[in-house]
Amino acid sequence: MLMHFVWAFVVGGLFCVAGQLLMQGCKLTPAHTMVCFVVLGCVLGGLGWYQPLIELAGAGATTPIVSFGNSLVKGAMQEFSQNGWVGLLTGIFEVTGAGVSAALIFSFLAALCFRPKS
Amino acid sequence: MSKKAEKANPGSAALRQQSEAQVYQNMQAEMSPPSHLLRGCLRAFLVGGLICLLAQGVQEVLLRYGFNLENVGAPTSAVMILLAVILTAAGVYDHISQFAGAGSAVPITGFANSVCSAAMEYRSEGLVLGVGGNMFKVAGPVIVFGAAGAFIVSIGLALWYTLGGGGI
Repeated sequence: MLMHFVWAFVVGGLFCVAGQLLMQGCKLTPAHTMVCFVVLGCVLGGLGWYQPLIELAGAGATTPIVSFGNSLVKGAMQEFSQNGWVGLLTGIFEVTGAGVSAALIFSFLAALCFRPKS
Repeated sequence: MSKKAEKANPGSAALRQQSEAQVYQNMQAEMSPPSHLLRGCLRAFLVGGLICLLAQGVQEVLLRYGFNLENVGAPTSAVMILLAVILTAAGVYDHISQFAGAGSAVPITGFANSVCSAAMEYRSEGLVLGVGGNMFKVAGPVIVFGAAGAFIVSIGLALWYTLGGGGI
């Protein structure tokens, strides 16, 4: 139980260090960094290398945006195994749908209720 | 410096001063980027790690309330996203980002923050074209490239399975 937290901290922190190196060292914008990480997540997910990391680090691996790419591939492949080729289209947002919907809906409500503090 | 002294000693002190400044500037240029980078990485590690630690805590709590390891991911992200939206609306997340750099941008909370801050910022341009049109200004590319990349990768995988390959 304690080790879960240690691994979550270390692995999550290391992903952020990699992001910081891209942003500060390679002068990428945050959007470019996030895109790189998502595509990296897709590739790692496709190779099947991301699931072991999730089993090791738990939220340390599922919280960084890399996990978004992994979940997109995972959803597509789950649906593919059940429904065949059309599953690649229907399944892409199956796992990540919750995150995208939550971000969209909560942000919309926030924009209705709050003004930006400048 | 008096004019006389300047004439007698044409600008050598100023020159020396300039060259010293140059040397200092060079030194600073050599020294500061790595140490800034190191500091940035340290901050990113700390804040990013803490966000993931918090997410792990949320996950452990959810696991006690009837979720299992298979389906705990979505509600955990949703809780973290809700937290990020609340902090963004309160104006706190911007301060965290300024301190942490990538530490607050790489976790899913950074994704939520980019959606929420864009939505709030463009509120003045109206609900439909302002909020609706600009909400995904930063997060949109992530979804586009994520979905396109995932589609390509999963077509490759699906072909591999269909053609009888195994082992991945």
